Amino acid sequence: MNAPVLTPSIDPRDRGGPAQPLLSVSGLVKHFPVRKGLGGQKQVVRAVDGVDFETLKGETLGIVGESGCGKSTTAKLLMGLIERDSGEMLFDGEAVGSRALPWRAYRRQVQMVFQDSYASLNPRMTVEASIAFGPKVNGVPGRQAVERARGLLARVGLEPKRFAGRYPHELSGGQRQRVNIARALALEPRLVLLDEAVSALDKSVEAQVLNLLLDLKAEFGLTYIFISHDLNVVRFISDRVMVMYLGRVSEIGPSDAVLAEPAHPYTGALLHSMPSLDPDNRTQVALLAGDPPNPIDPPPGCRFNPRCKLAAPVCTQVEPPLDPVAPAHRAACLARQPGSGHPEAPAALAAA
Amino acid sequence: MTAPVTAASIALDGAVATASPVEAEAFVPSRGFWGHVGHRLVRDPVAMAAGAVILFIVAVAILSPWITPMDPYKGSMLRRLRPVGDATYWLGSDELGRDMLSRLMVGARLSLFMGVTPVLIAFAIGSAIGILAGYVGGWTNTILMRTIDVFFAFPSVLLAIALSGALGAGIFNAIVSLTCVFVPQIARVAESVTTGIRRRDYIDAAKLSGASALTIMRVQVLGNVVGPIFVYATSLISVSMILASGLSFLGLGVRPPEPEWGLMLNTLRTAIYVNPMVAALPGLAIFVVSISFNLFSDGLRTAMEIRQ
Amino acid sequence: MLLYILKRLIYVTPVAFGVSVVCFLLVHLAPGDPLSAVLPADATQATIDEMRSAYGFDKPLPVQYAIWLWHVLQGDLGTSIATGRPVLGEVSRAVVNSLILASVATLIGFTFGTLFGFVAGYRRNSVLDRTASALSVFGVSVPHYWLGMVLVIIFSATLGWLPPTGAGPDGSGNWRPDFEHLRYIILPAVTMSVIPTGIIARTVRALVADILAQDFVEALRAKGLDEWGVFKHVVRNAAPTALAIMGLQLGYLLGGSILIETVFAWPGTGFLLNAAIFQRDLPLLQGSILVLAMFFVLLNLIVDVMQTALDPRIERA
Repeated sequence: MNAPVLTPSIDPRDRGGPAQPLLSVSGLVKHFPVRKGLGGQKQVVRAVDGVDFETLKGETLGIVGESGCGKSTTAKLLMGLIERDSGEMLFDGEAVGSRALPWRAYRRQVQMVFQDSYASLNPRMTVEASIAFGPKVNGVPGRQAVERARGLLARVGLEPKRFAGRYPHELSGGQRQRVNIARALALEPRLVLLDEAVSALDKSVEAQVLNLLLDLKAEFGLTYIFISHDLNVVRFISDRVMVMYLGRVSEIGPSDAVLAEPAHPYTGALLHSMPSLDPDNRTQVALLAGDPPNPIDPPPGCRFNPRCKLAAPVCTQVEPPLDPVAPAHRAACLARQPGSGHPEAPAALAAA
Repeated sequence: MTAPVTAASIALDGAVATASPVEAEAFVPSRGFWGHVGHRLVRDPVAMAAGAVILFIVAVAILSPWITPMDPYKGSMLRRLRPVGDATYWLGSDELGRDMLSRLMVGARLSLFMGVTPVLIAFAIGSAIGILAGYVGGWTNTILMRTIDVFFAFPSVLLAIALSGALGAGIFNAIVSLTCVFVPQIARVAESVTTGIRRRDYIDAAKLSGASALTIMRVQVLGNVVGPIFVYATSLISVSMILASGLSFLGLGVRPPEPEWGLMLNTLRTAIYVNPMVAALPGLAIFVVSISFNLFSDGLRTAMEIRQ
Repeated sequence: MLLYILKRLIYVTPVAFGVSVVCFLLVHLAPGDPLSAVLPADATQATIDEMRSAYGFDKPLPVQYAIWLWHVLQGDLGTSIATGRPVLGEVSRAVVNSLILASVATLIGFTFGTLFGFVAGYRRNSVLDRTASALSVFGVSVPHYWLGMVLVIIFSATLGWLPPTGAGPDGSGNWRPDFEHLRYIILPAVTMSVIPTGIIARTVRALVADILAQDFVEALRAKGLDEWGVFKHVVRNAAPTALAIMGLQLGYLLGGSILIETVFAWPGTGFLLNAAIFQRDLPLLQGSILVLAMFFVLLNLIVDVMQTALDPRIERA
């Protein structure tokens, strides 16, 4: 690449400075209507039901949760692939979709890598054409776009001479995901959303791709939102972690804190359900019994209460707010919030 | 492999398979989808034979004005209905004493033209409608596809004859009617193929690049749907040939004295008692072309069934 | 089930409405004035205007459509220009003849189609399978009007076994189920059956091969069921689709019979349509097509409902 190595602080597109979050989301809601039978009752799946979080410039924010918790819907909402019902998104201080920052301009700065490396590449296009498509539709002349595509292929570890003219089915899963990463970078984004981007890969390939992602982040000054169900991978790559449960954020904070001393019982259960290689660390108890409740009809109060070991009567009545439990660490659990009425609630917050 | 297969070797193979260094592999010359299809089609003897027959008849049709042994329009009342194998008229002569071979050769022009043109036009229009309906979805889809359902309520022969009957006889009207018959059929296939791919991640990725809907349809969708639609369209050529000649047979297409196989079949109907072989010849020609297109289309479909 | 029928009915209504619009507009597609066929060539402008308002052609198109539809719903399809008789009567006489021919052809097609299909599906890639496949390609590729001529050449002109045209010896134009009339229906019915034979054979072959490859057949055999028992299972699973195709084919044959009916001078709807087209009898043309298309819509509905009733796998929500 001929482009100068950029760092967040000297990116000419940076408006608010390093202290301003790159993306801040508040009250994001998406309900999908479902209907049972002819003239049946209209119901909604509360896929995303009031999600707030911020992504800081230059960080990697991991989003974890079981399947069906709303991770992927959140990703699609952030990309505008589906329309949000309500909520606000600020990108570097400007409202996405406003006149100051229309969707088109926003998307040029935010790109996404999908889970299925095969489905996300057009089977009838060479990888070079797939990567060059984005720059071309954004006004980069054809030859330059192809050159950029080749440069990126080289950067993600695929020798252009060998790979540029290939079709997706002539590549391995790891190679295809490298192509997808190259395509995401072709528009020179500031934020890259990785939706289970390494989940389908073999372990050895996964490690290679994760390291590539870290290198690229440093080189291009990127910010990542990294969605995964694999806590080990999230621990490895993330600066901060957000845990989602049934369309809501249950906990968010620095990965060390969240994954070492989880404040929310759901995070704890998730961590314990991970298979461990240390025989002393193995658990025989199923901490997370059963499937998540139906998102059409979530339980009243705290949504985790039917599966929670700390559940108290108050948990079925009060919906817990996402309140601080430690500096930069927030959790939506009544048992951690003083004065919530939960028997195990602390008397007062130690240091707010 | 001749080595004894043991549980250990299976386990080892399995481990190797999942953790194989995927980045290192032999270089394969890259061949696009159509390259693969062509490669497989060439190895299909039936499809190749059918293709050769089609090419031969097309060549005869194009060259016919220069290579016919006799004047296809000039008849002789004295030499009517000569049998097949006649010294002068190799394939006999028709009810007006015109050379059958020459008329069949020239007739290929109109018959092929009237059979293929409606499918080509319908391929363009139907694909556009179907891709639009499939890609945009929602109300646009509902309105377009429900309208198309109305045309499916008519059996295609009935629709073709009703339209040509109302429009009146003539080559142009026949082509218009047949196009109207095939547009809904092709649109329905195009819509279902497009609906099948519009939710693929690569379409989402293209949307994220800021491309307009039209660009995405043209660059990303078209290449993926044109194959199946094309195969379907080739399978319609056979039907179209039969219907187009059928319209002429009924007197709704080509008008005399222009040679066209369906019309020739009609005018020779009176000759079935005198010279049945000659009377059946034009129909045989329609049959040969029709079955060739069908077999070629089948071969093309099989050749396109590639893991993608 | 009732709910399902109701749902299909709701779905069919706009289609039927669309069909009626298309049939109505057919007349207006026709070049020139729709009255030109009725009027004498030397009609004065006054006569033309008078006729226009008599037929309602001076009103705006939607109004004309509403009036026409109102009459159609009451069973009034207008009057044939050529014969001066009500279109409905002419059409229903012809429909009966066409229906007889199409039914016999469908029956032949179904019998041979399922036979070939089963044999081919059971013995895939055998000589029999190849023959059946070749026959089905032949069935869909052959111009049936030409096949009719060839059969007439062989069985009437050359061998003299069967009559070449007509529906009966008296030439009256109505077919009756007796031996003498039976000889007249053989050639057109066999000609017509070639298409459904090919299509049904192709479908049944695929169905049978598909079912035989499924796990449950293996399970049945493992349970010790003999081949006859397996065969019964295959039949039960293939029947709904095969019957549905047969029903649809009946509709296609009824609507597509015009060419064959012309070849054999069979006094059905095809023959009627042919006459209507060449006498520019637009009310007759419009009426016949409306009746045939509506019949086809209805048949589709019946097939759909029957298939759902027979096939437990389709949900009746």
